[in-house]
Amino acid sequence: MPVKRTSPRSSQLWSSAGLPVLGAVLAVALWWLATRVFNIEPFFLPAPPDVVDAFFRLPAYLLSEAWVTFLETVTGFGIAAAGGLAIAIVLAASRTIERMTLPLIAGINAVPKVALAPLLLVWIGFGTQPKIVMVVLLCFFPILVSAMAGLTATPSDLSELASSLAASWWQTFVKVRLPWALPQVFVGLKVATSLAIVGAIIGEVIQPDRGLGSVVVSSGQSADTPLAFAALTLLAIMGAGLFYLVGALERILVPWARAIAS
Amino acid sequence: MTGAQTSGSMMINLSEVSRSFKSRTGTVKALENINLDIRDGEFMAVVGRSGCGKSTLLRLIAGLIPQSAGDVRVDGEPVTRPRRDVAMMFQRPALLPWRTVLSNVLLPVEIFRWHRSEHRDHAMHLLEMTGLDGFAKRLPHELSGGMQQRVSLCRALIQRPKVLLMDEPFSALDALTREEMATELQRIHMDLGTTVVFVTHSIQEAVLLADRVAVLSARPGRLRQLVDIDIPRPRSFGHNAHMDQVAACSAELHQLLLGSDSPERVGPTELVV
Repeated sequence: MPVKRTSPRSSQLWSSAGLPVLGAVLAVALWWLATRVFNIEPFFLPAPPDVVDAFFRLPAYLLSEAWVTFLETVTGFGIAAAGGLAIAIVLAASRTIERMTLPLIAGINAVPKVALAPLLLVWIGFGTQPKIVMVVLLCFFPILVSAMAGLTATPSDLSELASSLAASWWQTFVKVRLPWALPQVFVGLKVATSLAIVGAIIGEVIQPDRGLGSVVVSSGQSADTPLAFAALTLLAIMGAGLFYLVGALERILVPWARAIAS
Repeated sequence: MTGAQTSGSMMINLSEVSRSFKSRTGTVKALENINLDIRDGEFMAVVGRSGCGKSTLLRLIAGLIPQSAGDVRVDGEPVTRPRRDVAMMFQRPALLPWRTVLSNVLLPVEIFRWHRSEHRDHAMHLLEMTGLDGFAKRLPHELSGGMQQRVSLCRALIQRPKVLLMDEPFSALDALTREEMATELQRIHMDLGTTVVFVTHSIQEAVLLADRVAVLSARPGRLRQLVDIDIPRPRSFGHNAHMDQVAACSAELHQLLLGSDSPERVGPTELVV
């Protein structure tokens, strides 16, 4: 364990809030500097003020499209999380089912999900549904795989303890295996947050009717690069927000995980 | 043959017990023809080299694995599955890291579907007895290795076991903590009178704690000898009046363990006292 010199409160606040903000500010400053020093056209790479201007040109439009994308992302993520966890539990419960389906799952996981987008159009049609399905497709597997890894990683001493107490399968599962798997589950959920946004945008770029993906497509057609960047910035903020939200949930639900990992 | 010993005062009876495991190279005999009777309230230490089947012996008594041949009885009944009045303590504390100390101690209560409220006071009393009062609300990772093992002991004792099986419980601790824990275990055993089977590598621990020491020889694991430790309690690691006896017992066990790879074939039956 590292020795803390400053008072723990302030140094914790600094490292959990101060450092990420500093990182973002530095990145934006570097971007700005690059556009100035190399004299880059806004059409090619807009400077941060151009992007801010573009946002304030059409704030209501951008925010309502962002809301559409956000709903697709969160809905798909929620479905994938619930489904991935449920199926992981079924697979962990039965070796037979696991043996039967694992190759299938690995195979389906290897299919590039983007290639399925035209099929989704055929199967589901237009609107928000095919986008949600795309989000689910991208998020489902990392959540499933990490939950499986967690559920099968119960330490042997804890399993032996449970059997020495003659605990039933269900008791062992609820009191030992599932809580032990939670940190791994959160690894999958965190990976899935960014994939969820990628999924929503793939869907929206292929069917550009609504959402920030459609904003990017239409601003490309009208050569409005700053507007595209405004949309991308909103996506980045959304992605970071979701990531930290899941991280906060992890701290609340499995506060012990960090402690035993160190 | 062991009929005379299977009376009411015997807590554990092993007769003609063998256990073999299948491995890639064939069948390995972990234990062969073990006859051992352990009295109610007795502290039995089991020593032997690595791989002599000490842990296997414990797991047979615990009902975690079945014997290949012979008869294993606890309190007169054949062991077929883990019993609630037999508690097991492992080399590692095996605490659930998300549960507080108190909640870890109460885990068996939950598994047995007993009423938590009825055992809470008992749990607090056990924590107090092992010097953990004030730590009930802490999480395991906030405790030292020795303290974690004390929690593990409390968790075993919450079952009010007739038999406490301990599988090298102090071997992962540092030397000083081991001595502390052994001294404390002696006190607890004197207080509660639980029958204890204590597997250890340490001759010192065996001599400090045990009424009798079972010395196992390795591959296949056979009962080489039973050594009586007739030293009055409380015993201690330090200087005291019984140092000569302690030294004599230690030397005898040492000799038996060193020679245990080439046993001069002692028939197990004649060893049963």
